[in-house]
Amino acid sequence: METLELEMKKTAENKVENISGSEAVLKALIEESVTTVFGYPGGAIMPIYDALFDYDGHLNHILVRHEQGAIHAAQGYARTSGDVGVVFATSGPGATNLVTGLADAQIDSTPVVAITGQVFAHLLGTDAFQETDVINITTPVTKWNYQVTDATEIPAVLAKAFYIAKSGRPGPVLIDITKNAQLQKFDYKGYEKCTHIRSYRPKPIIRKTFVEEAAKLINEAKKPFVIFGQGVILGRAEQEFKAFIEKGGLPAAWTVLGLSALETDHPLNVGMLGMHGNYGPNVLTNECDVLIAVGMRFDDRVTGRLDKYAKQAKVIHLDIDPAEIDKNVKTTVPVWGDCKETLPMLTALIEEKQHTDWLKRFNQYTKEEVELVINKEMHPDAAEMTMAEVIDSLNELTRGEAVIVTDVGQHQMIACRYAKFVRSKSNVTSGGLGTMGFALPAAIGAKYGAPDRTVVAIIGDGGFQMTLQELGTIMQFGAEVKMLILNNNFLGMVRQWQELFHSRRYSFVDIQSPDFVTIAKGYGITGRSVNARKELKAALKEMLDHKGSYLLEVMVGKENNVFPMVPQGCSVSEIRLK
Amino acid sequence: MKQEYTITVYTENQVGLLNRIAIIFTRRKINIDSLNTSPSEVESVHRFTIVINETEEVVRKLCRQIEKQVEVLKAYYNTNEEIVWQELALYKVPTEIIAEEVKVERLLREHGAKAVVIRKDYTVFEVAGHREETDNLIKVLEPYGLIEFVRSARVAIIKDSAGFHLKLKEFEAADPGEDAAENEFLNRQEEVFTM
Ligand SMILES: Cc1ncc(C[n+]2csc(CCOP(=O)(O)OP(=O)(O)O)c2C)c(N)n1
Repeated sequence: METLELEMKKTAENKVENISGSEAVLKALIEESVTTVFGYPGGAIMPIYDALFDYDGHLNHILVRHEQGAIHAAQGYARTSGDVGVVFATSGPGATNLVTGLADAQIDSTPVVAITGQVFAHLLGTDAFQETDVINITTPVTKWNYQVTDATEIPAVLAKAFYIAKSGRPGPVLIDITKNAQLQKFDYKGYEKCTHIRSYRPKPIIRKTFVEEAAKLINEAKKPFVIFGQGVILGRAEQEFKAFIEKGGLPAAWTVLGLSALETDHPLNVGMLGMHGNYGPNVLTNECDVLIAVGMRFDDRVTGRLDKYAKQAKVIHLDIDPAEIDKNVKTTVPVWGDCKETLPMLTALIEEKQHTDWLKRFNQYTKEEVELVINKEMHPDAAEMTMAEVIDSLNELTRGEAVIVTDVGQHQMIACRYAKFVRSKSNVTSGGLGTMGFALPAAIGAKYGAPDRTVVAIIGDGGFQMTLQELGTIMQFGAEVKMLILNNNFLGMVRQWQELFHSRRYSFVDIQSPDFVTIAKGYGITGRSVNARKELKAALKEMLDHKGSYLLEVMVGKENNVFPMVPQGCSVSEIRLK
Repeated sequence: MKQEYTITVYTENQVGLLNRIAIIFTRRKINIDSLNTSPSEVESVHRFTIVINETEEVVRKLCRQIEKQVEVLKAYYNTNEEIVWQELALYKVPTEIIAEEVKVERLLREHGAKAVVIRKDYTVFEVAGHREETDNLIKVLEPYGLIEFVRSARVAIIKDSAGFHLKLKEFEAADPGEDAAENEFLNRQEEVFTM
């Protein structure tokens, strides 16, 4: 350890030293203030792991149980901390196991740097043991990737990797390093952070005229409506966003990934957009006169049928990625740029207003939704519990302070609909890719990214079985994750679609589960299963109060559906309440 | 309306970038009619010339996706009227036929074909021109035992481009100015905001 500290000091003094490519990798991580790495070793990355052995105390390496777990953990880490998540994996199967997570991070704009080992450079293309063409496999699912075959490239390439991953619209970067480059000794001249790449412009220049035009539209609007996405969170622009909507008196609705950027109980927060979003925001999208989209990308789950989406409205689109402008929805005024900068400019130009009557329209729809959907969900007549009442009870106990990580399916939509938030970066979910198996590893990462916060992973009985091996990671490294399995004994979301759109032909959605509590016990994790409403609150409290991780299984109604719903291919105004 | 568009992409010279650009098309099931990579007027900057048949809206979106790639400096798209373009074709024909049939010799001259190699058994001609022109000569030569034919990808010069030297200077600056950061597709208003 002493030698390491000495070495690091030497680097600081900018003296040339002879080190291996592997050490250069680790030095780069230290320079980039990385504290936690999620990974799994193997033949082609052994030199890096060997060097890591000396970095104990400087880098916290979490040994996962599957590389998919590593990358989802890194994603969870990035989402709660706002920093870059880092992953190590070996070549071949190690690298291919990352692909799902890379695709997930790419579509959800999550900053991740994945470092994979690769066979010796002289073996490339020979079908060597554990050789796969990782660069080509991952090209469509990375913001940038690069193969290093010479150690001297490592400092500059890693600097570039971190810069690209976190700047502009963030995303995953993969660096594939051949084993010879990891072993190669070279003269290390220190690390220089990357701040500029001539072919890469992370932030488009803001145009004053567009900001002015947008402000003019907003000032003239009778029924302005703001829809916001993760761009607000990624841009760390929560305060700027709030100031903007408050000055303009602008009702604002969120996409699944924008959730928690604005506290749930804010008077201008009118709810969730999209397929299982709230009634008002969906219907009134087709009634507003000016639609202001902030850091969101008009995903089809948000827009429903595009040719019937907000056709009456003038559209203002604030986005950092010029490729998003006009991609799905034609904009009237594109305000491209970092919303941390564009929002204050807009706020300065808009008039202070209150659109009381217009806001009331949202509230009327909310009332209707409460009567026809929400009340039944929260206070069901049936003996069976609903997912919504579980989330409601959880809200009471966490008071919106917890980080909620969800998997994919009905429980995800219900959690997004009903979980309350008072702080940003609190909702971690696989939105764009919809990756089942995301939640457990992501929750582990989320806990490392926000160690002082309570992390609750809400997972279906199906999704939990996709990555439950990560219980081993919890057992070994002690991440305090509260696992809440909402067990409906079905692949619920698929069953719901089969019920509604395939004449109840339940084709392979009846999924058996093991005894989750016993499984948890096998990993030394305390757990409990409840199926009676009267036990629910106490069980939730026990879970939250418990020191350490905890698994709570709640048996819920088997054939409950998530409503409202905009059926696929329908317009947002054709939203169904049942 | 679908029509032929030529996309010109200025990039860094980087292994793997060809694939990154190609999959932007293949992912959307768009056929690339022709693709050429070459150096550009600027040392160290590479130039792709890609021809596709699509609507302008699709081409514009594709260009934005291309520009989004880290190692891409700039992407332009143009209709055929806006460019000067050529393709090069090679034809291999039996030498005895050309020697004996006066007609063939005349045809080749009419098509502006130049002999590249003349051997006892065959002769290779080259023609540079537009697609129709090189296509025509295939039809003409077929009856005379055309042995082999190949055509290159399109290369194109944009008529009203001032080249890339100045743009690159902008890109190299840590804070690229208005000109570099300007996007070809949003040029209806030029004023740049500074606070
Ligand atoms: C990796 C993966 N495979 C398949 C799907 C398709 N899918 C979406 S939701 C769902 C059912 C999820 O069931 P469960 O985890 O029990 O959650 P529930 O919907 O019952 O809450 C399935 C199979 C998916 N999203 N991800």
